[in-house]
Amino acid sequence: MNALLQYAVQGLAAGSFYALAALGLAIIFGVLGVVNFAHGAFYMLGAVTAAVLLDTLNLTLWWSLLVVPVLMFAFGVVVERLFVQWLLRLDPLYNFLLTFGLTLVLVELVKQKYGVSGLPYTPPEALQGRVELAGVVLPRYQLFVFLFSVAICVLVWLVMTRTRVGMIVRASTEKPELARALGINVGRWVTPVFGFGVAIAGLAGVLSAPFRAITADMGNNFAIILFAVVVIGGLGSIVGAVVAGFLVGLVEAFGQAYAPTFAQVLIFVLMALVILVRPAGLFGRKEATA
Amino acid sequence: MLEVTALNAWYGEAQALHEVNVRVGEGEVVTLVGRNGAGKTTLVRCLIGLHRQVSGAVCFLGRDVTRLPAHQRARAGMGWVQDDRGIYASLTVEENLLLPPSVSERAWTLKRVYEAFPELAGRRKAGGTTLSGGEQQMLAIARALRTGACLLLMDEPSEGLAPVVVARIREIIREVKATGVGVLLIEQNVTFAATVADRHYLLSQGRIVETLDTADLQRREGELLKHLGI
Ligand SMILES: Nc1ncnc2c1ncn2[C@@H]1O[C@H](COP(=O)(O)OP(=O)(O)OP(=O)(O)O)[C@@H](O)[C@H]1O
Ligand SMILES: [Mg+2]
Repeated sequence: MNALLQYAVQGLAAGSFYALAALGLAIIFGVLGVVNFAHGAFYMLGAVTAAVLLDTLNLTLWWSLLVVPVLMFAFGVVVERLFVQWLLRLDPLYNFLLTFGLTLVLVELVKQKYGVSGLPYTPPEALQGRVELAGVVLPRYQLFVFLFSVAICVLVWLVMTRTRVGMIVRASTEKPELARALGINVGRWVTPVFGFGVAIAGLAGVLSAPFRAITADMGNNFAIILFAVVVIGGLGSIVGAVVAGFLVGLVEAFGQAYAPTFAQVLIFVLMALVILVRPAGLFGRKEATA
Repeated sequence: MLEVTALNAWYGEAQALHEVNVRVGEGEVVTLVGRNGAGKTTLVRCLIGLHRQVSGAVCFLGRDVTRLPAHQRARAGMGWVQDDRGIYASLTVEENLLLPPSVSERAWTLKRVYEAFPELAGRRKAGGTTLSGGEQQMLAIARALRTGACLLLMDEPSEGLAPVVVARIREIIREVKATGVGVLLIEQNVTFAATVADRHYLLSQGRIVETLDTADLQRREGELLKHLGI
């Protein structure tokens, strides 16, 4: 029982990174129609930036949780203006070429500057150690990651369902042409939406910094699993992205505990099962597959 | 208010519209009649700015809008009622109504919309596509009216609807016409067209082949129905 709960919390913490990153991916795909293969690299940049900020300016995790998303938003805006905007009118193949190429460039740049060995990262003292909850001892940091991510997801959900911006994002995701014909300047939302998606991937990176080895390559494997998350949840579905993110985190944690060699395979078995039963993903709409 | 001159439209190499001239005046209801594939929807999509592979000119309220993007045409006062109704499943009924920005002082308040369309009032929090076909058509029309659009482009609003619903659409069109709104109505239903419209364009294979008044239309109804393949 004790062990089960520990795996669950570990899975939910790992799932938090997937959920946040997939959330950004889903919103970007919805509004831009672009599948951002560079998302893993943005996640990596978030973690590396947090490590550099801690090392050079002694900015702790608390600060990084605030500063890094802002920096990543700005970076996302630059990337969108320089590159991504040209994809919107082009064949989806270019989408893959550009965002994948961007990944290679970012990963190599980070390698050049910081080498291949992991950067160290210590979380603030308040988040170290363990807490006892109802007789179960759990790592404090993992609990924090889970609760923090859930709070962010709820916040995004509130924005999506309760605000005009959210309404416009939903409308331009579902029927972009109609939104324009109804007087919505969909183009105006493209840059901020991309920036937001990058910022939230960066935030996932910051959260993972004390938890994972911070290397230039840390986003590569992450991106592969993220792909499974998006397929499981349903491409473009925001709720699906979050649910599938946590689900995949759990599968991964229990897999590592009970069948370590198959942990990753299990995720893709889950993906295959979902595709068989619901080709559009758990929360995808049917049209999304067409 | 709407003046289309020598409009040509293409899908790649295939020309879908040839030298189309169409005029809609203030408070005028004009129908566009033509068989399936004649190019009616294409024409409306050119007017609202979604189909861009065109030549010719579209003037709206005395202004050349041929190069304007769709959202600016909507803001200038064009209201589109799409052929598949275009109701958002991910938005509630009320959000569907509130999504398009108000474009003139003619804009309706929600209160007025709900008075005119009581069936929507009870469902305001329901998902847009949980409504019946007729209710969705009402919602699409109400949405265009709420913005205060001065030109309605309605693509087959009566299609597949029960006679009582068609009768209501007729009443709505008459009411908005009385307030000076222009309507370009795409219709296969010649009988319905004859009861609401002032003039009728007959579109065939992308060309306007005839312009008829309602008396002509009624006199030649049998012949036209045959042409339309109904
Ligand atoms: N996306 C497209 N690509 C290529 N050709 C198209 C496209 N959409 C329509 N067409 C062609 O353009 C012509 C006009 O089609 P359009 O949809 O405008 O006709 P319509 O009069 O609205 O017909 P309906 O009564 O069936 O709605 C048709 O020959 C159709 O095949
Ligand atoms: Mg049509």
